[in-house]
Amino acid sequence: MAVVAKRPQDRAAAAVRYTVLVLAALLFLLPFALLARNALTLDQDLNNPEWHWFPPTWAWSNLTDLFTNPELPMARSLVNSLLIAVTQTAGVLVLSGMAGYGLARIPYRWSNAVFYTITATLLIPAAVTFVPSFVLVSTLGWISTLRGLIIPGLFQALATFLFRQFFLSFPKEVEEAAFLDGLSYWGTFWRVVVPNSLGFTAAIGTITFIQSWNAFLWPLVIGRSQEAWTVQVALSTFLTAQSVDFGQLFMGALVAIAPLLLMFVFLQRWIVEGVERSGIGGD
Amino acid sequence: MWFWVFVGPFALGLVVFIYVPILWSVYLSFFSAYNTVTPSRFVGLGNYADMLADPAFRSSLGTFLVFAAFIVPTTFVLSLGAALLVARTRVMQTFFRSVFFLPVACSYVVASLVWKMSLFSGVASGVANAAIGLAGHEPIPWLSLTDPPWYWLVIVSARLWLQLGFFMILFLAGIQRINPVLYEAAAIDGARGWQTLRYITLPQLTATSTAVLLLLIVNAFQAFDEFFNILSTFGTYPPYARPPLVYLYYVALGRGQDFGHGSAGAVILTAVIAVVALVQGRAMRLGRED
Repeated sequence: MAVVAKRPQDRAAAAVRYTVLVLAALLFLLPFALLARNALTLDQDLNNPEWHWFPPTWAWSNLTDLFTNPELPMARSLVNSLLIAVTQTAGVLVLSGMAGYGLARIPYRWSNAVFYTITATLLIPAAVTFVPSFVLVSTLGWISTLRGLIIPGLFQALATFLFRQFFLSFPKEVEEAAFLDGLSYWGTFWRVVVPNSLGFTAAIGTITFIQSWNAFLWPLVIGRSQEAWTVQVALSTFLTAQSVDFGQLFMGALVAIAPLLLMFVFLQRWIVEGVERSGIGGD
Repeated sequence: MWFWVFVGPFALGLVVFIYVPILWSVYLSFFSAYNTVTPSRFVGLGNYADMLADPAFRSSLGTFLVFAAFIVPTTFVLSLGAALLVARTRVMQTFFRSVFFLPVACSYVVASLVWKMSLFSGVASGVANAAIGLAGHEPIPWLSLTDPPWYWLVIVSARLWLQLGFFMILFLAGIQRINPVLYEAAAIDGARGWQTLRYITLPQLTATSTAVLLLLIVNAFQAFDEFFNILSTFGTYPPYARPPLVYLYYVALGRGQDFGHGSAGAVILTAVIAVVALVQGRAMRLGRED
């Protein structure tokens, strides 16, 4: 980009701006640097009062010890987290995508009433309903089961609302051509609408995946037994309740955020779009 | 009926997993329900009276107010500031945006671990203590001190780091939607940096600002993860600094499994947050008219 000749005060302002940005960026990266450093530091070195930017001895053994530690069920909890996040993401996309399309496009006398019934739940903060939902799930006998961890999280009114807004702006001509070709609503949706909405679907999908992977309160309440722990619950249990090898615990945390950091590198565009859409309601 | 083929599965799930629990919970809130979800002893508004009279419940609302007073303005100002700075930057704009946005991928549990055990660890090897040690200051036990309550610095800075990027993205999207013609007109009228910000950028961001403020307050009200993970040690949570959800967690799911009082608390909290949302929506709409 061509830079127009600048007056000295503009150049000074730019210098201040970059200084602030660089300092803030370093501050923002510091927790990640600490996480990586501590993950590769031996437990006894972590309490060394002498400051060091890099581990005194590189403790790659933390990684192998982490997965062989019988008290910290790391592999199991990673599998649980992955199963939950993948099925919840897929479930939310299918359920909310279909519901959003039906509300946006299929004429029905009670369509508005159904829409208001759905959006009314947006006023109730999800976390405040955790006590009533816990009561329901325990009545169903779903405590400490994958069903209990996954199914109640599949019905996201916000995702349905956003899909509806998106499909309202979908070009009608494309669908009309499909109807002329003899496709039903079902065929039109899956063969024409969905393939042309992959960007939006990716945006909602990445955000749902991140929320599901990082969720804490619900998995804490439902995943009572060790076999049902997600990776967040496993880390939290050892952070708050028991004394462990902290080098290993930091390595566990690094392993827990690694999938999301990878997603961030490759899918950042969709995550940004997902944040923009879900933050301001898509209008 | 194609409508129900598409909407039915979602609507059914919403009724079963959102509406039924809420109504059931309202029902439970009128009963004495220890360890049971099919209680028989009706207590009327007794649970509500108990909750409102309980100093611990009221202090949890106070904790929320203090927390909101810290986190809402700081996140608002700093995420807006970051968005303005990043928007004006040409060289390495994507890099700076990504760095501030990156913590969005981090969970509250992992951030709590870093904050509690490394950044604000009470021992001399903690980062904050190492930093003040350079100035010859003794190490501070950041989390166990109540006077001065340094734990607020730990709690607030953790959430600030985690959510700033999210709101920066919302502000950036708002800034990009501002019509460039407005800036050209202002430049012709001789408006300079601060004036442009005051008379063009900020008024054009009113809708975004309303959404951001509401989200910040609602999110602060639902705070649980960082309080629970940073403040509880060896399985016990200190008697202070319990926000509403932490309090509710211990009442309803602690040893007593007191669903009657827990449900009454949930109903009260839902009412509070609905009122906050309505009042704020009303206030911002009134503000826009003048």
